Amino acid sequence: MAQNYKQDDEILGKAYDAKLMKRLLKFVRPYKKYMVYAILLNIVVAVLGPVRPYLTKIAVDHSIANRDYSGLLLVTILLLASLVLQAVIQYFLTYYTQYLGQKTILDIRTKLFSHIQKLAASFFDKTPIGRIVTRVTNDIESLNELFSSGIIMIFSDIFIIIWILVFMFFMDLNLSLVTLSVIPVLMYGTFLFRKKVRDAFRDVRFHLARLNSYMQEHVTGISVVQIFNKEEDEKKSFAEINKDHKIANVNSIFYYAVFYPAVELISAIAIGLIIWYGGGEVIQSTLTLGTLFAFLQYTEMFFRPIRDLSEKYNIMQTAMASSERIFKLLDNNTFIPEAANPVKLPKIKGKIEFRNVCFAYSQDNYVLKNINFLIIPGETVAIVGATGAGKTSIINILTRFYDINRGQILLDDVDIRELTKNDLRRFISVVLQDVFLFSGTIKSNIGMNHPDISDNQIIEAAKLVGADKFIEQLPGKYDEDVKERGATLSVGQKQLISFARALAFNPQILILDEATSSVDTETELIIREAIQKLLVGRTAIVIAHRLSTIQNSDKIIVMHKGEIKEIGTHQELLALKGIYFKLYQLQYKDQEIAIS
Amino acid sequence: MNHLYSLKKYFLKYKSKLLFGVVFIFLSSVGYVYIPVAIKDAINELQTTMSYSTILSYALLIVGSSLISGIFRFYIRQTIIVVSREIEYDLRRDFWEHIQKLPLKYFQNTSTGNIMAHATNDINAVRMFIGPAVMYSIDTLIRFIMVIAIMASISLEVTLYSLLPLPILSILVYKVGKKIHERFTAIQEKFSELTTKAQENFSGIRVIKSYLREDFEIEAFTQLSKEYLHKNMRLVKIQALFQPILFLITGISVIIVVWMGGLKVISGELLLGDITAIIIYLGMLTWPMIAFGWVINIIQQAEASMKRLSIILSERFEIEDSKETNYAIKDLYGDIEFRNVTFSYGKHLKPVLKGINLKIPRGTTLAIMGGTGSGKSTLINLIPRLYDLSDGELLIDGHPVKSIPLSALRKNIGLVQQESFLFSDTIENNLAYGLHSFNESAVKNASRIARFDIDVRDFPSGYKTILGERGITLSGGQKQRASLARALVIDPKILILDDSFSAVDTHTEEEILINLREFMKNRTSIIISHRVSTVKDADKIIYIENGKIIEEGTHYELLALNGKYAEVHYKQMLEKELMELN
Repeated sequence: MAQNYKQDDEILGKAYDAKLMKRLLKFVRPYKKYMVYAILLNIVVAVLGPVRPYLTKIAVDHSIANRDYSGLLLVTILLLASLVLQAVIQYFLTYYTQYLGQKTILDIRTKLFSHIQKLAASFFDKTPIGRIVTRVTNDIESLNELFSSGIIMIFSDIFIIIWILVFMFFMDLNLSLVTLSVIPVLMYGTFLFRKKVRDAFRDVRFHLARLNSYMQEHVTGISVVQIFNKEEDEKKSFAEINKDHKIANVNSIFYYAVFYPAVELISAIAIGLIIWYGGGEVIQSTLTLGTLFAFLQYTEMFFRPIRDLSEKYNIMQTAMASSERIFKLLDNNTFIPEAANPVKLPKIKGKIEFRNVCFAYSQDNYVLKNINFLIIPGETVAIVGATGAGKTSIINILTRFYDINRGQILLDDVDIRELTKNDLRRFISVVLQDVFLFSGTIKSNIGMNHPDISDNQIIEAAKLVGADKFIEQLPGKYDEDVKERGATLSVGQKQLISFARALAFNPQILILDEATSSVDTETELIIREAIQKLLVGRTAIVIAHRLSTIQNSDKIIVMHKGEIKEIGTHQELLALKGIYFKLYQLQYKDQEIAIS
Repeated sequence: MNHLYSLKKYFLKYKSKLLFGVVFIFLSSVGYVYIPVAIKDAINELQTTMSYSTILSYALLIVGSSLISGIFRFYIRQTIIVVSREIEYDLRRDFWEHIQKLPLKYFQNTSTGNIMAHATNDINAVRMFIGPAVMYSIDTLIRFIMVIAIMASISLEVTLYSLLPLPILSILVYKVGKKIHERFTAIQEKFSELTTKAQENFSGIRVIKSYLREDFEIEAFTQLSKEYLHKNMRLVKIQALFQPILFLITGISVIIVVWMGGLKVISGELLLGDITAIIIYLGMLTWPMIAFGWVINIIQQAEASMKRLSIILSERFEIEDSKETNYAIKDLYGDIEFRNVTFSYGKHLKPVLKGINLKIPRGTTLAIMGGTGSGKSTLINLIPRLYDLSDGELLIDGHPVKSIPLSALRKNIGLVQQESFLFSDTIENNLAYGLHSFNESAVKNASRIARFDIDVRDFPSGYKTILGERGITLSGGQKQRASLARALVIDPKILILDDSFSAVDTHTEEEILINLREFMKNRTSIIISHRVSTVKDADKIIYIENGKIIEEGTHYELLALNGKYAEVHYKQMLEKELMELN
């Protein structure tokens, strides 16, 4: 099992992929000048650190040796100046590179989000929501590091190293080579450490993931644990997982415990070499004390950029993996196609016609077979049928969440594929059974923040459907906060809000998927009345679960296993004594008893 | 600090290791602070007398000191940091052992995410205190004293002046650290807002598309992303300022040494090596000064986290053995009696069960019907004490249920819950979940009765097939049958099925029921179902509505009553006819 986990655990690839990088850099283009400034500033600021040991060399060899007070003062002032200058530049550099990174990922994030908004319903049906969320959040975040510290810091580190080398070689070539002899060891050690630590951390992450998923799973299934008396046994299995996690961590401590002292030791060896070799040169008078002094400072300076550089490798690797996933999503083109030359309908009457419509979600698995019907403007049509009869699919294809496989759907005699999706959906409002409320206010949930819908219209709509009674009783009334999909509202209240929403948009065509969930009698009556008001003056298709809706509808379409079996009025269909008759007795008869 | 004090017992457990750690810190510091002394002497000697042999010995001394310091530094991490991981382990273990004994009620009011946050973030914050914070504060203190003493012995005056800027560092790190933490928290909050927004948007995408709100949503999301950028830049602003100021302050210290020390070298009071040593020492003090401010922040965060953990750890178990428990009871026979039982999920909530009176003699089968929310599941959850009743009496074999040891009670009850929950483990481990030692024949027999064996045959690795995210996904019906088998494996005296066949097709259900009939002999069984076909053969059927038993009797008695049960029966017959239609 452990094997399985490891294979899944973040498969990281290359640290650099030219193709991906090229695409990423496209996003930086609007901020190119920041990038250029940052790199230029880096070259300048990189010299300010290494120049200081050189200045102290001058202080030692010239000012102090010659008892030159003013010279010492000058060097001190120069030291201070370089320090202050470096601090100031560093501030702007950090600020602007971070700004660059933030701006770039903002652009990528909004672009990705806009792209996702346009994707077809089938994409959302097939892809777990959590995965899409990760793309616009965490994956984008890991790009931030790449832009803000990754690319630019690599330049910075390299320039610092170059400047140190320039000063050292300029002062004394032999001593430089002796001092630098430890560098390969340091680089190899750092490289080895990074690799070991990366593996150790992967191990830690793997065990942490196991620990977390164990807890997550057992908290979710806590009742099973308790019912089966397994607390004691689970204690043991948890102890094992907990222990593995601890061991993984302790292992990673080992590498740190070795690495840090090792780096100090290498640095001490470098100092020892300078003292020994440089000291010898001083004795022979081929080297000044000031140079020795400067070299001691350079050894300290060397270590940070080298360590930094090895860290950048990881940042690059993660960023490449994330960008690959992001681009894959950006390249996803599951759209419902838009007509090349869309027909413009300024207003519609509301005539709907299905002609030999066949539809399947996946190949050849037809959920709608040869559907034919006509709805005259202003008519209310009820669709009834058992679960799986294909009722919901009718909504999906009429609003073009999915496109049909064969046949035609006509709106005022125009194929709906000839209209823009926006126009089509502007004419049709859908009230779904499972009411979806957004976090915001009651008002924003009814008006959906539409600029053309005024507060008055919102209140008017709420009044018409009878939602205002409970809204007025809320402490914040129409401005009352709606949280987490309306957790604080009852099922009935949520339905009324969704009715008000549909009414506020005043569509020519209304599709209503009545909720089956049971509500108390009082709410039931309010909902019933609200539905009647919704249907007035527009074409309406109702997936009916309520007797009142059925009896008042102009036409009832009876669906069974993807086909239309019966069409007619309530009385006609009852007289037929077919499927409808049975369905009626099954689903609606108790309502009759309840009302009477 | 009050809450962190409760960690004392953990610290005491590892006191010898910690003590060694402190000794190692001391020894390591001795080696570490000696290096500049060797450098100083070497340079001073170069400036005055000159000899090859002494130079080499200084070089070796430097490397040797570093080696000694490094070896002990290795052991510091191997003691103190390792102990922090040990304590993290203990703390997490105690946390988990506590959590899993909490009553179901607790889990209904607390989200899984919330519990997970405590188990990860809070425990981690406390560990940061135990390990790095403790290590660095002791380390810092010891080094600090040693370094200052040596520096002062070289030149008191230069030392005093050069140290002047350093306390500013500590104050700065502490103050700015706090601000950084605040702004960082603000970023995280915005980030989670962003995540929630994305989550909500993708979940409600159909409504958004229906009402043409895509552009608005993009605008809103962009706005939120911009705010997020803003929050990030607020942090960048201080961070960008913080780093340069840090090295400006330390740099100024060094410059003071160069200036003052330079003057003193010229005047002959000091040698060049003395200045070199002081500069190196200043470098050594920088980190302790930074660490000091940092440690204070860690402690404050750990205190807040420990407080949250303490709250959970003091949460009461509620359902556990008590002084009423009669440990003589080891096995059950299965006589169940409810006497005027009332139950509500909270003191101020409406009762879900009202005045239930019901006798289920051993060896008989009771079937329960009723609408959603009528109280069926609540009723049966009282038997294994997943909840304790609010009023009335529940007797098993004549004993009040509270007097039966919890383990004896649950060992004898097989409860198959409405929502089948299986673990991400092998099928056999899931089925044998209730057993203390694996028993293959019991597992196979139970699978046969639950008609799960046929499915297992088709799985890639049979009973060893792994379920869940990293394995195969079972269908609803398969899950239910697996859960049933899991309950049968423990050979319970009382078997309770809470709507356990809802996703099983009627044909298979009938087969299972036939198998169960044999199994249920001499056992008490309770079956909740919506299907008349499932309940019709029960010894007794009750119909519950609004927490009350409204109909009670055998299938034929209830049909004759022509009430709710009869109505359901009639409807289901019609439904069947309809399904058979083509």
